[in-house]
Amino acid sequence: MHAFSELLDQLYFTAGNNAKAAIITDYLAHTPDPDRGWAIAALAGTLKFDFFKRNTVKKLMLERVDPELFALSYDYVGEMSETVAHLWPQTSSSEQDALPSLAEVVEQFQQCSRNTVGKLLAGYLDSMTAAQRWALIKLGTRGLRVGVSARTIKHILASYGNVDVAEVEAIWHGVAPPYTSLLAWLEGRADKPDIRGEVTFHPVMLSHPLTDGDLNSWSPADWQVEHKYDGIRVQLVSTNKGKALFSRTGDDISSAFPDVLEGLTSHGVVDGELLIMHGTRVDTFNTLQQRLNRKSPTKKLLAEYPAGIILYDILIQGEDSVTEQPLSHRRKVLETWLCEQNASHLHISPTLAVDSLEELNDQYARASEDVAVEGLMLKRRASQYVAGRPKGQWYKWKRQPKLVDAVIMYAQRGHGKRSSFYSDFTFGAWQGDQLLPIGKAYSGFTDDELKKLDNWVRRHTVGRFGPVKEVKKELVIEVAFDAVHPSTRHKSGIALRFPRFHRIRWDKPAREADSLDTVKALIDTPASRKS
Amino acid sequence: MLFTATGSDNGGQVHPSEWITVNDTGLYCQPADTYIDPMVPVAQAIITHGHADHARAGHQRVYATPTTIRIMTTRYGDDMAEQHYPLTYRESVSLGDPDDPVKLTFYPAGHIAGSAQALLEYRGGRIVISGDYKRRPDPTCEPFEVVPCDVFITEATFGLPVFRHPPIEREIQKLLHSLSVFPQRCHLVGTYALGKCQRVILALRDAGYHKPVYLHGALLKLCELYQTLGVSLGTLIPVSEVEDKQSLAGEVVLAPPSALADRWSRALPDPRTVMASGWMQIRARARQRQAELPLIISDHCDWPELLQTLREVDAPEVWVTHGREDALIYQASQMGYQAKALSLLRFDDEDEPA
Repeated sequence: MHAFSELLDQLYFTAGNNAKAAIITDYLAHTPDPDRGWAIAALAGTLKFDFFKRNTVKKLMLERVDPELFALSYDYVGEMSETVAHLWPQTSSSEQDALPSLAEVVEQFQQCSRNTVGKLLAGYLDSMTAAQRWALIKLGTRGLRVGVSARTIKHILASYGNVDVAEVEAIWHGVAPPYTSLLAWLEGRADKPDIRGEVTFHPVMLSHPLTDGDLNSWSPADWQVEHKYDGIRVQLVSTNKGKALFSRTGDDISSAFPDVLEGLTSHGVVDGELLIMHGTRVDTFNTLQQRLNRKSPTKKLLAEYPAGIILYDILIQGEDSVTEQPLSHRRKVLETWLCEQNASHLHISPTLAVDSLEELNDQYARASEDVAVEGLMLKRRASQYVAGRPKGQWYKWKRQPKLVDAVIMYAQRGHGKRSSFYSDFTFGAWQGDQLLPIGKAYSGFTDDELKKLDNWVRRHTVGRFGPVKEVKKELVIEVAFDAVHPSTRHKSGIALRFPRFHRIRWDKPAREADSLDTVKALIDTPASRKS
Repeated sequence: MLFTATGSDNGGQVHPSEWITVNDTGLYCQPADTYIDPMVPVAQAIITHGHADHARAGHQRVYATPTTIRIMTTRYGDDMAEQHYPLTYRESVSLGDPDDPVKLTFYPAGHIAGSAQALLEYRGGRIVISGDYKRRPDPTCEPFEVVPCDVFITEATFGLPVFRHPPIEREIQKLLHSLSVFPQRCHLVGTYALGKCQRVILALRDAGYHKPVYLHGALLKLCELYQTLGVSLGTLIPVSEVEDKQSLAGEVVLAPPSALADRWSRALPDPRTVMASGWMQIRARARQRQAELPLIISDHCDWPELLQTLREVDAPEVWVTHGREDALIYQASQMGYQAKALSLLRFDDEDEPA
């Protein structure tokens, strides 16, 4: 545990991927199994505990510190693990030498129950330094944020074992922490782990946003054009060992969508968009959110918001990988595969007939009108299915965001790197003489603009509500967002989807910002949606 | 804005809230027509200590401790004020109307050399403006002295319970350990020029480090001043006088924080960036500073010391300024004191010498 805490500390304060890789490689070479494998799992985000949660930590902390002081501290530090690491009462009996190994810690947290986790955790926190407490809480609650992604880890492992990174990626989801068989193979002490038939997530292929020059030499025959759907990207996996639905980040979301897994009659791995669908009619993203993050949906919810998938690609047909086939071929394979299933909730993404650039522009204009989709996808017919974001293969062409002028009303400090800056802004629109908050935004500005905004907030504060500062209603921002939905949760009666800064209108008088009615006029009604 | 009178005419006493106000220029004592640590030039100013967010040039008359005045003339030149009146600790002077005077007395604040708390007494009311202060031992200044009063104005730079400063000896050990692990790297330590710089050098000497310490030009004058004030800092060499910069591998170089990531540091051999500040306790802050080795060394109180001070001073009323007021106000109220925020315009948090 001591070495792991040191590792995290070093990674946190070391800049540069190469330097970080050197630190991790050194750790791998000098740390025994299974500790090092658990550390890899922690860094790659594949370590999960059933009962060691943020809330567990918070509850223990609130038994030891005034809630008001905790809230102010958390707001300032901007991060739970570190807040608790510093706030936890220091005990004189801090027995540094008696700290258990990382594997023992992991094992104990995996074996503990809902009732015993608190005592176990408190005991450890009592015996640790602030830095070790930070490491332990990070370990338990995931999201280490030390600037090392799962992808980086795979690259480091590949170079550690002197193998191609694609080999590591291919078996990654078929091996489990503490990765002893993987490490043994990388160190040349054992054969490559056999993962055939495992229900594993396969890294997905991603697109680039279309930029101005991309259409210069565009030839229609080379491209498949589809709608870009407004749901979430998923991967459906069915093997003889079972089936599962994965999010694009590899999270298993099967339990939230049991209806999607029904009716699969043959094996395969397919790629598509998860949506709420009434037959072929696509419902809003808002309705999909009713079902996301629900561990087990009620019958009522399933009936009210039935889920479906619009499929657009296939990675494995039966037991055979087709990723090295061109898209044009995979499309045919996907059509065949879909015919074999007994699943009316699975659909195929229609391809759009486009024979010229004019027709493409025309389709884009129509897609922008169609509220059921977000824009177009352009995919090279010859593209192989390559994990990651290969250049020049797939493009997304999103419809233009909607824009309104709103007035900044409140500001709050950001988190992490931004914890010293006022970077989270609540903005409002006019209803008569009154401003009503319509959303929050914390992105879309440059670092320089952030400094100016921060400075502006400090000089224009008129009130405080705990961590939130109320500012003079003087600054207008042009807010971009993807959609507006009616909402009963907000006084304004609306909710914006993904609002962000588009421009700061230092010049514009607040009185000339948009009215709430103007914003409401941009609402997409579900009735206007069609598949 | 005038604070509402909370304890007026209490047996002939006049509560400080009736004669101490805050306006755009700063904290103002009406019957003495004097500002305390004003940010713009004024006719008459009381200066608690020499840091730039308290001591500015251009006032007509300045009251400060003799050391603070030497610091100010070192930084701003001999004409930093038209007249200055050095006042040693525990010596008093009358300000304002001789028939209805305000009495000013300085007491040690333990923050940096010359730092003082200002006690103002008027018609039986007593207010202590503590400026910046700390409670840890500091060989460069007299320790903080508890002064009874009706109103205690306290800073809250580290006014959150997450702030618990470790002993300076432990932090200096981290630096020495790093020197042994990375003997080929120049250890470039960011320190504020006044106070922090000298304290870090002294702590290095106390830990048995007697090699020369190399200095960025911006730190020279104040180190010389400290030496003439009788603080022995050992051998100091300006980096500008080192012909072969490669010879600084494995040496300690002190520079102001702004110089850490500046072009200036590029000449140094594989510098390891070290930063000495109370802010370094918060990881995100350390990373913002791009510090590879953060040292938590502060010239302010940590949270337990702030609370200890409130208890020891035991003033019925506490005004909180300069930092994270909310938590300290809340805690002081919990402890039974009347507490409120005093909004004084200061520099941005991050540039404060902390």
